[in-house]
Amino acid sequence: MIEEQLGRCVASWYPGATGVTGAAKLSGGASQETWTFDIVHPSGNVGAILRRAPPGYGASPGRAAGLDAEATLMQLAHDAGLPSPRVMHVLKPADELGRGFIMQRIEGETIARKILRDEQFAKARPILARQLGRVIAGIHGLAPAKLPKLREMSATKEIADLEREYRSFDRPRPVFELALRWLRERDPGPSREVTLVHGDFRHGNLIIGPDGVRAVLDWELAHVGDPMEDLGWICVNSWRFGEIDKPVGGFGTREELFAGYEEAGRKVDPDRVMFWEVMGTLRWGIMCCGMMQRFRQGPDHSMERAMIGRRSSETEIDLLRLLAPRGK
Amino acid sequence: MQDEPTPTELIKAVADFLRNEIAPEIKGHNAFKLRVGINALDLVTRQLTLEQGSDAAESARLKQLLGADGPLIESNRALCEKIAKGEVDLQTPGLAEHLWQTTMDKLAVDQPNYASYKRELGNK
Repeated sequence: MIEEQLGRCVASWYPGATGVTGAAKLSGGASQETWTFDIVHPSGNVGAILRRAPPGYGASPGRAAGLDAEATLMQLAHDAGLPSPRVMHVLKPADELGRGFIMQRIEGETIARKILRDEQFAKARPILARQLGRVIAGIHGLAPAKLPKLREMSATKEIADLEREYRSFDRPRPVFELALRWLRERDPGPSREVTLVHGDFRHGNLIIGPDGVRAVLDWELAHVGDPMEDLGWICVNSWRFGEIDKPVGGFGTREELFAGYEEAGRKVDPDRVMFWEVMGTLRWGIMCCGMMQRFRQGPDHSMERAMIGRRSSETEIDLLRLLAPRGK
Repeated sequence: MQDEPTPTELIKAVADFLRNEIAPEIKGHNAFKLRVGINALDLVTRQLTLEQGSDAAESARLKQLLGADGPLIESNRALCEKIAKGEVDLQTPGLAEHLWQTTMDKLAVDQPNYASYKRELGNK
């Protein structure tokens, strides 16, 4: 059924398109879905991705930037020459597909374990951290005047948000408490420069090919704030997938990441990055606890959700390694 | 008194069956879900084996730190409050050791293959 609707939609803006084929859902929660499909065209099929909130779902929840903002950011990144899919179409009510957009499909890998272990990425791994540093700098350099309306964040606000969420679970976790205290005491205050922040720049949201990074995805958590946040988040140990001595995604060093960032004409503040790494580690831990809450309250009563709840202890050991390292 | 086999033995038998006989037959997304399910059963087995000992040790440490006895959850609440208020911190004798030991005991159940945990096991 979605193929019929997509076919009608595509025919309205893609000259010569005769329909779509091979539609398959890649991922989806209750309120947001990602579909892959091919646009059928006499000169050859074209790979496309639909990202949408199905009909009946209104505004995006909580921290989400919203699908319209995501489409705008992706197109801005693409126009600035950053690795980003081209947005082909923003859904209209007449499309009867809900809210969202259709973008070009970019081939490559997003699964961290493959990127970190498969032979075909052997040449990409040593160059990735530097490359990603340049890409993050490019994101932070996007013209503020062109940005869609986004929530404004600061370290102080983020600490308060995390604390509120943690307290709402009503389950004592002394290590999280210690981390919150540490963050409050070292809150660096407002950033001198406030820029677009991707907000979820890490494995899973990056398409990697044998040649390196090909696309940045998932701008759902984009906001305006301290640019050092993105550099700290990609260093969080949870995204190293076992390669714990390579802080950047399990493939690179902070020095490489920072060098790439500064090559693009921007400054790194390593202390602030470290602050955001601690914040990010706690944030992922609290997100894991949130999964457990949603598992318990339903409707998604899945084993996967439940088991992610049991990963919050991983962030506790990582927080202790950061805040209270034991004598080596 | 309930009869044998024990819950631990039963769960382990089911997990081994799923792992050795069923997993090789399943493909695609269900293979992934089955792996998650087997991991969950293994976790439960580890918890049933380890929890009593680690809870008792945690209680004893909390009693030492707080100077008061109580159910584990209440002691942890009390400790959290003290940390939040700054009444105890990493300079407080025993606190860092307590948090480390408690966390190591959680990882031994939750995720014994987590790289940070394996590193710290060899790094005591």
